[in-house]
Amino acid sequence: MKFYVVAILAGALFLGLAGCSERSQVVNYKQGTYQGKPDTPPYAGPPYNGDRAAWERAMAVRAQAQNEYKRVK
Amino acid sequence: MARMKFLCDAERCIECNGCVTACKQEHDVPWGVNRRRVVTINDGVPGERSISVACMHCSDAPCMAVCPVDCFYRTEEGVVLHDKDLCIGCGYCFYACPFGAPQFPQMGAFGVRGKMDKCTFCAGGPEKDGSPEEFAKYGRNRLSEGKLPACAEMCSTKALLGGDGDVISEIYRNRVTLRAARGTTSGGGVPWGWDSAYGRPSVTAAGTAPGTTLPAPAAPAPSGGKS
Repeated sequence: MKFYVVAILAGALFLGLAGCSERSQVVNYKQGTYQGKPDTPPYAGPPYNGDRAAWERAMAVRAQAQNEYKRVK
Repeated sequence: MARMKFLCDAERCIECNGCVTACKQEHDVPWGVNRRRVVTINDGVPGERSISVACMHCSDAPCMAVCPVDCFYRTEEGVVLHDKDLCIGCGYCFYACPFGAPQFPQMGAFGVRGKMDKCTFCAGGPEKDGSPEEFAKYGRNRLSEGKLPACAEMCSTKALLGGDGDVISEIYRNRVTLRAARGTTSGGGVPWGWDSAYGRPSVTAAGTAPGTTLPAPAAPAPSGGKS
């Protein structure tokens, strides 16, 4: 019983002290590499849900709407 | 897929500023920030040419090279974007950019320089696609919706083309070939306006439609006139 109490207290003490520790606020800087948040590709979310081929097809179709020589035919 | 690019056909741009308006409206861009603008050379002089300019999403972007906090990244599609949470608003990118693309919001009477803002090729930024946070910081993410940049899709004369570099260069190549085949004005004038933009098949070698050739300039054209 005493062992459990000591273990719990030790655990609480450890967690309490861990709470007092400081998060590193220094950026781990690597020159020439992007330091910001990661971005997802445009086809990752809906409506393409990761289907890159479908997204590329949609973009190709959309781009051809700029070709008026094709559009007027 | 090749890299995403803009291509502006200076023969067709009529300086309507539709692209500028479309960009402003689409992304709710604040006053003082112009992600896109139309530059006219020799404004008001016959032979003037206009071009719509924004971030050209360079393959070897100087803004990316000079940024002291490395907040720029290039997506797989070749779009140059940046993280506004990291930007310190130093303005180095503005000095480095040959197109003057980076913009800084001028808030307050004394012009406080905020975080850099620029054309995103309608690809948002490093926030969840389509989220309100992304819209607030970077504007609408049209690419994730399967759409092309609003400025290019909005262009009435299709002077501004945007999209996969291979596709739009093919469209442009086809256009140039077709309008050259239709013929332009004869009579010594430099083809300009409708003639160089679309060709003019009604003009024969015997005569020139009135008002279609450039008058010989009486005085040297003003240099570097911009608007």
